[in-house]
Amino acid sequence: MTEPTAQIAIVVNGEPREVPAGLTVAALLGHLGVAGLAAVERNRELVPRARQSAVVVEPGDALEIVHLVGGG
Amino acid sequence: MSDDTLTIGGRAFGSRLFVGTGKYKDVEETRLALRASGASVVTVAVRRVDLTQTGKGSMFGMLRAEGFTLLPNTAGCYTADDAVRCARLGREAAETDLVKLEVIGDPKTLFPDTEALVAAARVLVKEGFFVLPYTNDDPIVARKLVEVGCPAVMPLGAPIGSGLGIRNPHNLRILMETVSVPVIVDAGVGTASDAAVAMELGAHGVLMNTAIALARNPVQMATAMRLGVEAGRLAYLAGRMAPRLYANASSPLTGSIATSSAPLSIE
Repeated sequence: MTEPTAQIAIVVNGEPREVPAGLTVAALLGHLGVAGLAAVERNRELVPRARQSAVVVEPGDALEIVHLVGGG
Repeated sequence: MSDDTLTIGGRAFGSRLFVGTGKYKDVEETRLALRASGASVVTVAVRRVDLTQTGKGSMFGMLRAEGFTLLPNTAGCYTADDAVRCARLGREAAETDLVKLEVIGDPKTLFPDTEALVAAARVLVKEGFFVLPYTNDDPIVARKLVEVGCPAVMPLGAPIGSGLGIRNPHNLRILMETVSVPVIVDAGVGTASDAAVAMELGAHGVLMNTAIALARNPVQMATAMRLGVEAGRLAYLAGRMAPRLYANASSPLTGSIATSSAPLSIE
């Protein structure tokens, strides 16, 4: 029997969410099914793409996951 | 025209027409219109990924495949702080240092909050951004934007999406005489003659979105805008004749077969 993964509460794009503890930002993107060139901000600070595999998501974090859309 | 390339901050741009990518029916219509416009730089917006609907985003793929230079904007930001954050995210998503900086002051007019705009521009220039600020037609604000390091300024011709045309050509002329950097008229153009007017005034380029996207035939209008910008640029370079109130005959005054002389002239 596998140990149930501990969940943490975070906020993604303004919505509260429970995600597995210990995920890096890159792993979180995979967990949420976000593909392609998303840019991520954690607690109002940009997480550069090169750091997405190093930065671990902490309980209470507020993340913005954005991409480019049509606009003027 | 071969050496009439638009250069901003030492960088060459392939077209004087910059276009937006919003409000089109679908990605294919966007692609056809952008192609017809001849633009090399296209604007994009930074928005939250819809986590209930991932896997979309063919717009970005199309823009990349077509080889456009992306210009992420900070549309929808009402404070300098939000605009700076949005610019950083846009730089990361588009992998570019270009930013169309917008700090909006009011949702009804979408006029810029110029005080916050200058503050945000100062921060972003220091962070190495190539800041192209959407501003109003105030020469003093334009001068401040140049002072903080913007390589060009982008004054509005009329409110964003209004299609009202160039509402204050005189201010734009003063603005262009005030700053020595390129001036891109951004917003307000409704049809091709508006684009030509902006270019005839001496603008170095024009940026538009709605006028093309909301035309009945966007692809045809994109072509018209390309020609309008070209026509206006050529007319500006050619140097227009001085306007005069009274007529000046184009045909010789002598050798006419008319038997009666002209009636008394208006004095």
